[in-house]
Amino acid sequence: MLSEEQMQKRITTGCDDLDTILGGGIHCKEVTEVGGVPGIGKTQLGIQLAVNVQIPVEYGGLGGKAVYIDTEGSFMVERAYQVAEGCIMDTLDKFGHHRKVILDCQEQMQPNSFLANIFYFRICSYTEQIAVINYLQKFLAEQKDVKIIIIDSVTFHFRQDFDDLALRTRVLCGMSLKLMELTKTYNLAVVLLNQVTTKFTEGSFQLTLALGDSWSHACTNRVILYWNGNERHAYIDKSPSLRSASAPFSVTSKGIRNATSQCKRVRMM
Amino acid sequence: MANKLISQMGLPPSIANVFAARNIMTAKDALSLPEFELMTLLDMGLDQVKSAVERISEIICPPYQTALSLMEDRVRLGGHLPTLLRGLDDALCGGIPFGALTELVGPSGIGKTQFCLKLSLLAALPFCYGGLNGRVVYIDTEYKFSSHRMVEIGKNSFPQIFQSEGMAQQMAGRIIVVRMSSLPEFMERLQQLKFTLIQHDVKLLIVDSMAALVSGVNDTSTAGPKQHLLRWPLSFLKSLAEFSRIPVVVTNQVRSQNTDEAFHYPFQVQEKDSSKNFERLESHLIAALGIQWAHAVTIRLIFEAHSGVWWVGERGAVEILLACKGGHVQHNP
Repeated sequence: MLSEEQMQKRITTGCDDLDTILGGGIHCKEVTEVGGVPGIGKTQLGIQLAVNVQIPVEYGGLGGKAVYIDTEGSFMVERAYQVAEGCIMDTLDKFGHHRKVILDCQEQMQPNSFLANIFYFRICSYTEQIAVINYLQKFLAEQKDVKIIIIDSVTFHFRQDFDDLALRTRVLCGMSLKLMELTKTYNLAVVLLNQVTTKFTEGSFQLTLALGDSWSHACTNRVILYWNGNERHAYIDKSPSLRSASAPFSVTSKGIRNATSQCKRVRMM
Repeated sequence: MANKLISQMGLPPSIANVFAARNIMTAKDALSLPEFELMTLLDMGLDQVKSAVERISEIICPPYQTALSLMEDRVRLGGHLPTLLRGLDDALCGGIPFGALTELVGPSGIGKTQFCLKLSLLAALPFCYGGLNGRVVYIDTEYKFSSHRMVEIGKNSFPQIFQSEGMAQQMAGRIIVVRMSSLPEFMERLQQLKFTLIQHDVKLLIVDSMAALVSGVNDTSTAGPKQHLLRWPLSFLKSLAEFSRIPVVVTNQVRSQNTDEAFHYPFQVQEKDSSKNFERLESHLIAALGIQWAHAVTIRLIFEAHSGVWWVGERGAVEILLACKGGHVQHNP
């Protein structure tokens, strides 16, 4: 098992510090939850991962495809194109001197090919969300190369229409079990983006991930993106194998990258 | 989709009958129950339940598209309303996006309404001038809309176009101003709006301002009760945007931060130094309408005055500096 775990490739986030605290990147065979306030970069990270999973094996990536399940309509396809362009540019820069490799992958390293490998589902209710996760079993059996499933955002529809809260917990559990099974069966990563809400604990209001208590045990790793002063940071909130640590990152026109000293933040939340 | 009837899904009749007998009529009913519970309720084996659920899911699941085909659709059908402010259009990949909710946030007096007036003009202008050649529905909740001001902006921004007298009239005629001041009225009129959009070839919907509708409703200053009320209008606006493929622009106010406002996670070290707290309180204005609204908005343009220069930031991308000269916003290189 150890050697198998060591051989597992990780999906890079584009930011070295973030990759480091994640143990190299997002793990396949695991469900990772990423939560944060609006505007912190959750969808940006989702798009980045959908692009980075496609980095060819020759360039150190997984050469896989992505499924992007959009529950809120936050996916901006022009942004995905920008991020793909940025990823291709930086990857080719890094491997600049390996001419043979560049020629072989020329066709794959185009933004349009990257976009063609992202399968986009737009869902508008929790029924559709449950249906799509059930359907994925058949879909993944046909599309063998999918290496990441991103759900943006996983709890949105469950926060509004459900009347029976106990039932909601059971349905969410069932959904998360199915997702876990998918990661193991098809050796892929599942990334769940989640919203935040406020909770009154210890005498004050604090931020917490939505549906936290009923959902919290369902994922392997939990990462929280937050503002630390004017910088974006990520914190490993829960993980069986990773230490609690935080790392700075930034969102640039090319996508998620290392934090720069010139990080600007609009002074409004 | 969720309300599709199981009886119409082509399941084997024996299975379909069992579902009907237990009053599970729609896909929503069936998929809301975990499989184990379905098994017990229908008194069917797990395999049968699994295969029925699979079939129902496959039918209900919306069709997928590759991101490439999404892109091609946008190119073909148009995807953006250019603001003609180069830095902003670059950052937004072309302009205010169709099919999404764009929010304008900022303190009062900074120019959100001016920006809305400009956008209305841009949408009304004929194609040859870079516009969408369509009508605009402008929902005015604070009685701030001024046709005079709009024509003035038109003459300033597009002098050559507005030279001809008839043009100002024609453009003004394309902008439908709807005045309302309460949330219940808004919700009622939203339904009718759907038909208006189709009938009149509307290319842009503006709500100025959303916060004003809500601020009249509750006296308490916390965001909690308000969010609940906005849930339906919010999802309706979003679906309007997506199905009509038009941009929807909403303005939002800012309010000062309360002391018991949450901005920390449990793992973050609380600032014990009170002076630091004060600085943070001072420099952080909170957009009204709360966090659930903010999550649902796709693009947020933040207007901030910074010693005479406007600073417009967009979620998830870089900030651009704009200059303000007498209400005429232009790019500052």
